[in-house]
Amino acid sequence: MECIPPVAGCSIHWMHSKTFFLDKQVLFPTLVSNLSRRMNLKGKIRSLISLLVFFVSFSSTALAAEEVRWFDPQKTGLLIGIFITIVLVFGFILYGKKKGSLKIRSIPGLEAMDEAVGRATEMGKPILFSSGLGKMERVATMASMNILGSVAEKIAEYNTPLIIPNYDPMVTTVAQEVVKESFSKAGHPESFKQENIYFVTQSQFGYVAAVDGIMLREKPATNLFLGTFEAESLILAETGNSIGALQIAGTDSTIQLSFFIVACDYTLIGEEFFAASGYLTKDPLVLGSIKGQDFLKLIIGILIIAGGIFSTLGYNFLINFLGK
Amino acid sequence: MDLGTLIAAILTLFIFSFLYKDNPFYKFAEYLLVGISVGYFIVISIKTTVVPKLIFPVFREGDLLCLIPGILGFFMFLRFFPKLAWLSRISMALIIGAGAGVSIPAMMQAQIFAQMKASMGSYASINNIIVALAVITTLSYFFFSREHKGALGTSAKIGVFFMMLFFGATFGYTVMSRVTLLIGRAQFLLGDFLGIIK
Repeated sequence: MECIPPVAGCSIHWMHSKTFFLDKQVLFPTLVSNLSRRMNLKGKIRSLISLLVFFVSFSSTALAAEEVRWFDPQKTGLLIGIFITIVLVFGFILYGKKKGSLKIRSIPGLEAMDEAVGRATEMGKPILFSSGLGKMERVATMASMNILGSVAEKIAEYNTPLIIPNYDPMVTTVAQEVVKESFSKAGHPESFKQENIYFVTQSQFGYVAAVDGIMLREKPATNLFLGTFEAESLILAETGNSIGALQIAGTDSTIQLSFFIVACDYTLIGEEFFAASGYLTKDPLVLGSIKGQDFLKLIIGILIIAGGIFSTLGYNFLINFLGK
Repeated sequence: MDLGTLIAAILTLFIFSFLYKDNPFYKFAEYLLVGISVGYFIVISIKTTVVPKLIFPVFREGDLLCLIPGILGFFMFLRFFPKLAWLSRISMALIIGAGAGVSIPAMMQAQIFAQMKASMGSYASINNIIVALAVITTLSYFFFSREHKGALGTSAKIGVFFMMLFFGATFGYTVMSRVTLLIGRAQFLLGDFLGIIK
């Protein structure tokens, strides 16, 4: 089928024999109204076929016009990689559910989470949680919200105030929902205070100035910086340090990790941050996915060694397989 | 000296006053910055999103499909009404679901595959051996299924060593760039504001 789309309509060479001129603005409503009108079965079948032709031709025109490619051979490796990940993660989730519990190694930063919540309770001071500058579609923000859920449950049990200033309005909404649900789960829905989870600003340094001010005025006993952080990481962590707060930080931004390591009591490095929610909740679903990812790391390690050996021998097929 | 330079200099000094302790001048600058930035971003959102992506397509071009994201956006405002607040979850689910769908394959390609390719260099070069060793030992640190004991423990320790090298290097590099920012502010105060240096 050959399609040449002009500006207002499209000329379609259908099965190399018939040529229709379809104006999508006029034809579609006409076909639909034909179907709904009182007419005999033959007429309705004709209209239905016309409608199908319209859809096929219109979609093919769109394809030709925009040169949509459904499969990019350069990304075959990516497709296989995602498929293997899905199989491993699902496999371990099913295994975890069947077995009941899966174990992962201890993560010091997360073991300190109970201590952090307990400390704030004993001191009668609030806990400050910041997910940083990430928008909701960022993986680190999603991980941050997962951790917030389990931490908020503990906080609700101790009835400790929780302050969450946010950079993004959507994250604010999600954080409110997550904390509300956690407080309900813990059996203390009445302790949930929506006014403590609020949007500040979408200006990076405006946000930092506000959070610094909150830290100095509210004097939280514990600061949790878990999410996406950029140049503001050291400013936040240093201010928190100056008020004597116990600080736990975690981010996927490798450059900012160095600042958190220097200024915070505990830092979740890289993937520890993503493993945190599974570690805290002991949920077989999350633990299963962590186990699946562990095996993926094993495969990656083996492939790197194999790829290096093949490269040394002059074969680059493994590197080429991974795409451009 | 123009009025803009004077205001900028005063606000810079207000913010610097935080180094001493929290005070009314810092609070003023903080509230001003937060307030102005929120107002600015609201205007930017309306100008770059609501008007060109919703109002114009719907009312000028008659593209009713654009009403769907408009309605989803409107659902977010229903959070003000507790009985209808559940509708905002539809919008949130779409953003989180679509965000994960778009970002996960992109991250796999850009971070995992790119790193793997860069680590598969020929072992004829000592640099490539070090890179491969660093990647594999660092990966072993993030292996959560087993405690870091025995061979895995040794490998993880080597991985931590490589990570600390990286953190040290990035710390030094970033501190240098921050000092550059401080020098820029000092030059502004001493040059543009006070006129002591040129």
